[in-house]
Amino acid sequence: MAVTLTQAAADRVSSFIANRGKGLGVRLGVKTSGCSGMAYIIEFVDETGEDDTIFEDHGVKVIIDKKSLIYLDGTELDFGKEGLNEGFKFNNPNAKNECGCGESFTI
Amino acid sequence: MALLQIAEPGQTEAPHQHRLAAGIDLGTTNSLVAAVRSGQAQTLADKQQEHLLPSVVAYTEFGIIVGEEAQQQQIADPLNTMSSIKRLMGRGVEDLRLLGDELPYRFAATDSAVPRIQTRRGNVTPVEVSAEILKVLQQRAEEALGGALSGVVVTVPAYFDDAQRQATKDAAGLAGLNVFRLLNEPTAAAIAYGLDKSADGIHAIYDLGGGTFDISILRLNKGVFEVMATGGDSALGGDDFDHLIAEWIIAQADISEMDAGLQRQLMQVARSVKESLTQHERAGIDVSSVGWQGELDRHTFNQLVDPLIRKTIIACRRALRDAGITAEEIEDVVMVGGSTRVPRVRELVSEFFGREPLVDIDPDRVVAIGAAVQADILAGNKPDAEILLLDVTPLSLGIETMGGLVETIIPRNTTIPVARAQEFTTFKDGQSAMAVHVVQGERDLVADCRSLARFELRGIPPMVAGAARIRVTFQVDADGLLSVEAEEQTQHVSASIEVKPSYGLSDKEIADMLRASMEHADDDVKFRQLREQQVEAERVIEALTAALAKDGVQLLNDDERQLIDAALQQLQQLAYGDDAAAIEAGVKSLEQSCDFYVERRMNSSIHDAMAGHNIHEFDTPEK
Repeated sequence: MAVTLTQAAADRVSSFIANRGKGLGVRLGVKTSGCSGMAYIIEFVDETGEDDTIFEDHGVKVIIDKKSLIYLDGTELDFGKEGLNEGFKFNNPNAKNECGCGESFTI
Repeated sequence: MALLQIAEPGQTEAPHQHRLAAGIDLGTTNSLVAAVRSGQAQTLADKQQEHLLPSVVAYTEFGIIVGEEAQQQQIADPLNTMSSIKRLMGRGVEDLRLLGDELPYRFAATDSAVPRIQTRRGNVTPVEVSAEILKVLQQRAEEALGGALSGVVVTVPAYFDDAQRQATKDAAGLAGLNVFRLLNEPTAAAIAYGLDKSADGIHAIYDLGGGTFDISILRLNKGVFEVMATGGDSALGGDDFDHLIAEWIIAQADISEMDAGLQRQLMQVARSVKESLTQHERAGIDVSSVGWQGELDRHTFNQLVDPLIRKTIIACRRALRDAGITAEEIEDVVMVGGSTRVPRVRELVSEFFGREPLVDIDPDRVVAIGAAVQADILAGNKPDAEILLLDVTPLSLGIETMGGLVETIIPRNTTIPVARAQEFTTFKDGQSAMAVHVVQGERDLVADCRSLARFELRGIPPMVAGAARIRVTFQVDADGLLSVEAEEQTQHVSASIEVKPSYGLSDKEIADMLRASMEHADDDVKFRQLREQQVEAERVIEALTAALAKDGVQLLNDDERQLIDAALQQLQQLAYGDDAAAIEAGVKSLEQSCDFYVERRMNSSIHDAMAGHNIHEFDTPEK
C-alpha cells in the first residue's frame, strides 16, 4: 500500500509548510459528503494519531488514517494550475466516478 | 478536477501568526496609512502625531522631502515642489496638453510616452514622485508595527483606468512595497463601515476632499461590490469653500491691495473660520495685518457655499440616473473627505438621499481604514474570513473581429481576477497571421470603443478559411490589469501582450462611454447585424471565388458557370448595401445556386484521393 506525491506537489507542500512555520507533513484523507459520495481532505499535520500510516515521498511526509487509506491506496497527489487557479489534485485509481467539480468521487 | 488547498488541521482556528499588512490611501492632497492592530483598524500617525501626510514632494538641494515640510517649500520653490501628482499618474504626454495650463512644472522634452518633470535633482516621473510618498508611509507603518510589511493594499479612484492603476502599482513597486491589490476608494470606504457584511444593496459614497469631488454608486451583490456609476468634479472641494470665505473677508474688510503674503494669510484665516463653523454657530475673524475684525455666522457661510454644494448634488443626481436608480433605492450614504464635516454638506446630502449619511468614522481616514481591513484579510490573518472582497471590471474588454465589430470577451462588471478564453478562426485560405486588437468599451463598433493594444499572431499553419482554431485568452488580475494571449491550437504558436496603455480615461469619459452605449443601443444592434451579414457575404464570396479559380473550369460548363457568376455578382452588389435581411437572403440564394457545384467538388476530391489506389487498400488491415 502506498500513496505518492509528484515532484511539483512535494515542492509545494514543503514550501507551504515552510511558510506556515511548522507542520510534520500533509494529511490526506476522505470523508463522506460532497456531491458524489466521498470528499477529499488535505490538511497540514501538527500531530499524528494512533491510526495513522506515514509515507514519505520526495522528502515530504504523507499522513493517512487507516480508514482513508482503503480509498486512497495508489493515489498520486499532484499540483497544477488552471488559469488563475492553482492547487492540488488527487489522481486516485480507486475513484470510479467523479462529480463535475472533482471535489468528490465514488468507488 | 478541482484544485484543492491545504487546510489547517481539522480546519480549526489557525495559530495566530500575524503577518504585518497596511492599507494606504494615496490621495491627491493628503495620503494616509492604516493597519489592523489587536483586531482594530486605525490610521497610523507620524512622530508629530499627524495622521495626514500632505501628498507633496520637494526636491531640494539637500535631499528629497515629503509632506508638511515640502508643502512649506511650495511657494518659495514651486518648480521643484510636486503636489497633486496623482492627477498625472498614468497619463501620457498627450494628456498633459489638456491639463497643460494649470501645471506649474517644467516638462522635459522626451520621446517617451511618460511625462518627465525637470527638477534640480534630475528629471522625475509621476510614478517616482508617488513612490517617494509611499516610502514615507511605508517607513511610518514599519516603525509603528515593529517589522517589515508583508504587503499593502493601495486605494485608487473607481474611475482609474488600466494605465492609472498600473502607474500606481509601479509606484508601490518602486517604493519596495508588495501590493496585495489595488482597491477602489469608494469600496474601501464601504468596507470600513462593514457594508460588505451587510445584506445585498446599493450604496452611495459621497467623497468631497480638498480639491476633488467624487460620487460613486456601488451595488453589493453576493459579497461583491460593483461600480454602478461614478461621477464628480475634479476641480471642486473644500479649498473652494476657503476661497469663498477669503473673498467675503476681502469684500467686508474692503481690502484693495493684495500681495502673495496677505493672500496666504487670508486663506489660512478662511480655513480656520470654516473649521470653527463646523462646531459653532459663529466664528470671529481677526485679520490683524489690515486691522480688520469681524464675524461670520453659519447662516451667511451656508449662503456662500450653497451653490458649490448644489453642484455636488447635481452630480449625485446624474450618477443615480447613470446607474438607472432613484435616491430611494440607496441603502446607505457614506461620507468621505474632510469637507463632509461641513454641517451644510451633511444637511443637503441627507436631504437629497432622504436619509442620514454615515459619518461615525473620520471622513479623512475612512478610505485608509477600509484598505487596512482588506490588507489584513489578504495577509491571511483572518483564516475564518470568507470575505475575499472582489472588484469588477469597469468596462467590457474584447477584441476586434471582421467588419470592425467588437467581440466582448470579459463583460463589464465581471468580478476580478478572471480569465476567459474564446476561440476564433481565420477568414482567408492559407491565412498565416492574425491581428489581435484589444478594445475596451460598451459599444458594438470598434470605432466607438477605446483601443488598448494591438499585436499579431504569426506562424499560423496554412489551412482553409475557418479551419484554424485560435484561442484568445483574456486575463485580468486582482488589480484590474489585463494580459491577452492568442494561441493557435494545433501548432501551439502563441503571442501575448500586457496592456499598459500610456493614456488615461477620465471618469467623465467612462461615464460618457457608458451613456453612449445606452443611447446608441438600437443603432449598434442594427449596425452589428448589418456588419455580420456583410462579413458573412464577404466570406462566402471569398470562398466561392477561390474555389472557382481552382476547379471551376474543370467542373462547370459555361451555362452553369454563368448561373453562379450571376448569383455571385448579385450578392456582391447586395453586400455594399445596408439591408441586412437582403444580404442574408442573398447569401442563402447564392448557396442554393451553388449546391450542385459544392457536391461535385466533394465527389471530385474523394475521387482524387482514391485515384491510383486499389479498393482493398481502404479496407481495415487485418492482423
